[in-house]
Amino acid sequence: MEENASHHVATKTFVFVWIALLCLTGLTIKAAQMQMGEWSMVANIAIASVKASLVLWFFMHLKYEKRLFKLLLFVPIMTISIIIVLTFFDIWYR
Amino acid sequence: MEASFYHAKTRYPGIFGWIFTTDHKRVGLLYLFSTLSFFAVGVSLGLTMRLELIRSGMHFYSAQTYNAIFTLHGVIMIFLFIIPGIPSSLGNFIMPLQIGARDVAFPKINILSWGLFIMGGAIAVTSLFTGGGPPDTGWTFYVPYSIRTGTNISLAVFGVFLIGLSSTLTGMNFLTTIHRLRAPGMTWKRMTLFTWSIYATSWIQLLATPVLAITLLLIIIERNFGVGFFDPAKGGDPILFEHMFWIYSHPAVYIMILPAMGTVTDIIPVFTRRNIFGYSFIAASSLAIAFVGYLVWGHHMFTSGMSDTARIIFSLLTFIVAVPSGIKVFNWIASLYKGSIRMNAPLLYTLAFIFLFSIGGLTGLVQGALATAVHVHGTYFIVGHFHYVMFGGAGFGFFAGLHYWFPKITGKLYEEHLAKLACFFLFIGFNMLYFSMFVLGWEGMPRRYYDYLPRFNGPNLVATIGSWILAMGLIIMFYNLIHSLFAGNKAGDNPWEAASLEWQTTSPPPVENFATQPVVTKGPYEFR
Repeated sequence: MEENASHHVATKTFVFVWIALLCLTGLTIKAAQMQMGEWSMVANIAIASVKASLVLWFFMHLKYEKRLFKLLLFVPIMTISIIIVLTFFDIWYR
Repeated sequence: MEASFYHAKTRYPGIFGWIFTTDHKRVGLLYLFSTLSFFAVGVSLGLTMRLELIRSGMHFYSAQTYNAIFTLHGVIMIFLFIIPGIPSSLGNFIMPLQIGARDVAFPKINILSWGLFIMGGAIAVTSLFTGGGPPDTGWTFYVPYSIRTGTNISLAVFGVFLIGLSSTLTGMNFLTTIHRLRAPGMTWKRMTLFTWSIYATSWIQLLATPVLAITLLLIIIERNFGVGFFDPAKGGDPILFEHMFWIYSHPAVYIMILPAMGTVTDIIPVFTRRNIFGYSFIAASSLAIAFVGYLVWGHHMFTSGMSDTARIIFSLLTFIVAVPSGIKVFNWIASLYKGSIRMNAPLLYTLAFIFLFSIGGLTGLVQGALATAVHVHGTYFIVGHFHYVMFGGAGFGFFAGLHYWFPKITGKLYEEHLAKLACFFLFIGFNMLYFSMFVLGWEGMPRRYYDYLPRFNGPNLVATIGSWILAMGLIIMFYNLIHSLFAGNKAGDNPWEAASLEWQTTSPPPVENFATQPVVTKGPYEFR
């Protein structure tokens, strides 16, 4: 099947992504030390989302998938994101 | 002509030909038999509760037993009957036939789902007789009580976890089936609206159920290892549990009701002999309900101590979900208008469904509005409301579907007058039982209580008498169906003269559904 065909991705792309992930991990540690109060949660979720996106996009080859598969993944992620935001309307304003 | 799937040779003999089957029709019937067995237990428990509540005071059993019984009633009815009720039984049997597929996409996962469902049910039942005794938390397993009670919560919760896994697998299976296995010519706009509703339901099953799984595991971890996810003394938050529980359990309400809506949408055109009014809007409203249904869970928590901002937002969102439900109701009514109505049992159950669901839906708005919700929260008004939606809606929709597809499933016809008589009893008993609860709730009788003040005696007596009439209706209905299974007249392939694909094969269908690959050239409700 064509979608199973391997895409040749340059090794340096993977290395760049790996370095980016390491930097973001460092950023998570830095953010934890910054005493941002309620905003530390936002910072943590934002960094984790970027990391997860990098893994999905490059390591799991989402970049090379058909548009339908991207859409099928995007809709649930958006739904979960909205659910998390709605939960914060309680926690932040309580 | 090929032999029906009942008579076809199976890989294993006898009962094992059923338990290890991969035929979607056999799996559907396994689900049907199991869910109806659980339903019978749930009804019996409900009847004993109504008997206990016939007058104020203690009559038959203790308060602790009452707590255990209403918990069990809720867990059985929600997790073992209504959630798998239509999608896993009728959906399994009918949906692949309707899209012209030979089976579901993953037949082995299909039978695995049933196995997990039965294992989960067995574990939940085992929890009654082992450990610290029957769980007494209500079906919602709210913390902190579910963390502190000495009853056997962990095992019951693990049973529900397995049932959830079964539900997720079924959702994934059906989604793949509908995307990949439609017959040539079966475009999205030629699918029946039942299949559309199963499609929307499957998305909810796939995406919402894992949230429940996580929540239940957190209870087990907190009970066994003392981790304080929900304990404020350890930095946790008890309201977080309610959020996580309802993030699943509100969409689960739509897992229950959407397939029932799909069922009646299939029935109406057949018994009015005209095309459904507003096909695209009904299909889109199923998806809209599935999506918006994710965003309204907070209305279960208006008095839990959630922030005012969140309460206002959830109240607003709750009103939005009424719009697609309203679209469906108006389209059903418009489809009946000027139709050549044949008042057969399936349509009678459908009309009862529309009436009862409308009352359930409208009383839902009373609770969606913040001010009135605070007044009726935690009262019998809620109990009345959700029984109107769950039993009057999902239950009557299920009965309608059972009568509509009975000739397809069994090849037999039931006694029409007995089916109508049963519907009459069910309708009268239902309204006596549950409308009384609206009155009681409005007057302030709290739900889940073992006893009540003598001033609530009147409506409670009416409700209990209603429960007997309702039970009578159920007995007549199931007597009729079971008796017809053995002694009914032959139905023929298409007794209702329906146009959708499942009726274009033999009744009961052969093993791989169609003698030749069907090619679809028209919509499911075009009779001319």
